[in-house]
Amino acid sequence: MKKELIELKVNGRTRELAIEPSKLLLDVLREDLQLTGSKRGCDDSSCGACTVLVDGTPMLSCTLLAASCEGQEVTTVEGISEHGSLAAIQKAYGDWGGAQCGYCTPGFMITVKHLLSVNPNPSEQEIRDALSSNLCRCTGYSQMYEAIKAAIEAEQKGTAAAN
Amino acid sequence: MSDFSIIGKPIAMVDAAGKTTGAGKYTDDLSVPGMLVGKILHSPYPHARIKRIDTRRAKVLDGVVAVVAGADAPKTYGILPVGHDETALAVDKVRYVGDNVACVAAVDEPTAEKALELIDVDYEVLPAYFDPEESMRTETDLIHNGKPHNIEKDYHHVFGEPEKAFAEADYVAEGRFIANEVTHAAMEPHSTLASFELDSHTGNLGRLTVWSSTQVPYYLQHKLSLVLEMPMFQIRVIKPLVGGGFGGKSEVIPLEIIAAVAARAARAAVKITYTREEVFWAHRGRPRTIVDLKTGVKHDGRITAVKARVVQDGGAYCSYGVVTILYSGALLGALYDIPNIQYDGYRVLTNKPACGAMRGHGTVNVRFAFESQLDEISAKLGIDPAEMRRRNLLKPPCVTINGLRVQSYGLPECIEQVVGRSGWKQRKGKLGKGRGLGLGCSHYVSGAANSIIRSDMPHSTVNIKIDRDGGVVVYTGASEIGQGSDTMTAQIAAEVLGCSLSRVKVVAADTDLTPIDIGSYSSRVTFMAGNATLRAAEEVKKQIASAAARKMNCAVEDLVFRDDSVFQKSAGKNSRVTSIEASASGRVEGQILRGSLQQKRKEEGSKAWMSFEEAVVAAIDFHGALTGTGSYAPPPEARGGKHKGAGVGPSPAYSYSAQVAEVSVDEDTGEVIVHKVWASHDCGRALNPVAVEGQIIGSVWMGLGQALQEEMVWKDGMLMNPGLLEYRSPSAIESPEIEPIIVESIDPEGPFGAKECSEGSLAATIPAIANAIYDAVGIRLHEAPFTPERVLAALRAKKNAKPINMTEGIDPTAPTRFREHGGSLWFRGKGPERHPLDPARRDTIVEAGGDD
Repeated sequence: MKKELIELKVNGRTRELAIEPSKLLLDVLREDLQLTGSKRGCDDSSCGACTVLVDGTPMLSCTLLAASCEGQEVTTVEGISEHGSLAAIQKAYGDWGGAQCGYCTPGFMITVKHLLSVNPNPSEQEIRDALSSNLCRCTGYSQMYEAIKAAIEAEQKGTAAAN
Repeated sequence: MSDFSIIGKPIAMVDAAGKTTGAGKYTDDLSVPGMLVGKILHSPYPHARIKRIDTRRAKVLDGVVAVVAGADAPKTYGILPVGHDETALAVDKVRYVGDNVACVAAVDEPTAEKALELIDVDYEVLPAYFDPEESMRTETDLIHNGKPHNIEKDYHHVFGEPEKAFAEADYVAEGRFIANEVTHAAMEPHSTLASFELDSHTGNLGRLTVWSSTQVPYYLQHKLSLVLEMPMFQIRVIKPLVGGGFGGKSEVIPLEIIAAVAARAARAAVKITYTREEVFWAHRGRPRTIVDLKTGVKHDGRITAVKARVVQDGGAYCSYGVVTILYSGALLGALYDIPNIQYDGYRVLTNKPACGAMRGHGTVNVRFAFESQLDEISAKLGIDPAEMRRRNLLKPPCVTINGLRVQSYGLPECIEQVVGRSGWKQRKGKLGKGRGLGLGCSHYVSGAANSIIRSDMPHSTVNIKIDRDGGVVVYTGASEIGQGSDTMTAQIAAEVLGCSLSRVKVVAADTDLTPIDIGSYSSRVTFMAGNATLRAAEEVKKQIASAAARKMNCAVEDLVFRDDSVFQKSAGKNSRVTSIEASASGRVEGQILRGSLQQKRKEEGSKAWMSFEEAVVAAIDFHGALTGTGSYAPPPEARGGKHKGAGVGPSPAYSYSAQVAEVSVDEDTGEVIVHKVWASHDCGRALNPVAVEGQIIGSVWMGLGQALQEEMVWKDGMLMNPGLLEYRSPSAIESPEIEPIIVESIDPEGPFGAKECSEGSLAATIPAIANAIYDAVGIRLHEAPFTPERVLAALRAKKNAKPINMTEGIDPTAPTRFREHGGSLWFRGKGPERHPLDPARRDTIVEAGGDD
């Protein structure tokens, strides 16, 4: 298939890319931009490991055409760290065992970031509902709730940046 | 040392940041210049002879660099020395739907996929076997030559006098339990990148480097050497981050060999990454297991004898099968005191993907049967289930009737903990209609005392290098797969050397750099690699201590290593305070002002403390170089009995678990909801409590999946649910609260007393839930998972009500489970047309091969 030129804004930086119109966003991120943080865990949008934000909405990049994201703002897990340091949620996932093998973690980072941006103080049920879009096979999710609670607390105290 | 500075503290994994930022690299994230993409052609038939394979059309397609088939690497291999029955690509026969037939290496994925369609294969379809008991009866069209009745291996063990003991028993319970097939479903699909380099002297292909998602890099190196007929030293296996294994990456998976074979043919680097569907075909999960169990007891609840006949549906290749079937029998012992055991185990071949090792290898399904039956007996005898278990405890230290040495034994405390925390005594049987509590116990090995390839060599070796920079580099072959192996290694090294964790760098699982470690399986890493790290660190510490003692004019025994410094015990608390201050500044000084600082200290003469860096420099001055090596081999006393098959089951230490599950059952829908699980686990000593709790919760949670919803459903050898939506592991919504309770029995041989913590808990969850269902609604479920259909059927059977046929009008040849889930689509032309390669269409189509 003939390639076309598109402009993609990823993590705040605009990149010009020549890609096939049929190419999926996940493949463009991983192969053309070397942003391998977003993972492929399935091929049918069932696991959530490839979740990215498109204009602030979590989307599954494994079933999204890259060309359809032209003119939109894409945020991947690589764009979550703040001022070169771990964001509160990233630090908390490490401290509380929210990540074991880590393969699903980038997807969870995006999902949680979105959850906290629309609902800064979610209840446990709201957290569970939000996380149900992503699968994890290691943790049983429990330690993620602790991590999210800790991250919210850290955000409120403004202590995250200190680490 | 009674108080620790790093051991026992909850700390973040050393590689956590790489995982939360996306910076960490897994195999599929890697690429090398000129790398090709490999795609595998899989068999559409469960059992067929390959009459002809023609790759010419595929080879000439533009963009295709190489096409390989069975003849390109016909050497057999298998993870067990007794089970070398696999080839990289099928040589004469395919044995399951998804078996590997050919591989294309091409410039990109679409080209490779197109080329697969151009490979012509003629098959002669053979009768296939999907049910183990049916498979065992056959005499013709065997799956493997030399395996009569398709029995991979059978074992018949008798310990004590079971028949006599059954005769003496006051009550004997008998029953059949079935646990259906489950798979690991690790989030990372398997991936391998293989690259040859040209040899400077011969000008031909030389060394091979393989990056792979594996739990066993050294076994992979060994099997690659077998199949490629290359010396092992020419092969380097590197394990990048691994996205979960659970046993699914604990042996050599076909793509790992195929990638290397393709790279050799293509003379270029080849990467193969499985699709999720291929991961399901690669499988190696927990086999469907049929357990016929008989337990004899006295009136007081003392077990007199246990007899188990176990049939495992092993799939098309041996894999770990011989070990699995042995574990199923051996781990009947070492949890309770059972004086007489009879075990008959059959590992049977069928035309489905091979089963292998999965978390709780071999013990899980039999434990489900045993703990359920024990609960049945308690109800019959009117003994509280917790009391029933207390009456059958081992009295360690002891050796069980089947030769397993038990030293530390935290089971009694585990039971007390969960009984206490769950309010068992006050609440059991009093939770109202449809709600109940159930108890289950389990145990697991802390590594196998005998390695797969039997030898007296160490199972783990660790090297430590400390240099002038004050950094501690630990070289270990142990494979981090998310369980925290690198963190555990760093913790132990730092604790022994009394330095901060930030000084320790772990270089792991690279066969060129790291000394051999047999891999991350059978929960062996903390115990074995941990002990090796401990020994290596102590060796280095000894060298530092002797130099430091000279400098300080004191005895070696008088030195304490702590907080990045070395000080004299006798100097007391004051020197400790000074040393802590020193460590804060010492790091900076060590980097920048090292020379002048050392000079200054030298001039000062002897003193009560030194910074870690000063001590290191002193040791290098004195010894020339600072390295240490430690290794671990299980002691002979822990290696088990002498009977045939005695090698599997023995371990230097066993972990223990007890769990109480609280469930409610909807009697109208059959749905089971687990509200909470209290899970106590005796891990010897919790080196990193947050990691231990994570492992306990993860195990319980995975057991919960197997108990309630996970099941591989087959039709004519075709997997009906090869996706993460259809194979339903629990999501956040379905996951209950799990309260992990750490019990520390301090094992005499474990590193700092530590034992296994990643697998043992899984086996207790399934019976705990089954027993809770009994407590809630009075039905005894004999087949896992406990789906609403099975629960409802049991509820109606209890009331003598007519079973509801939920599958009326649905394709009668489809598996029940599939029919229940609406598998009617294809019946009588109601649904979409079947794929041309679907074996169910085999009589309607003339030729398959898919050259459209």
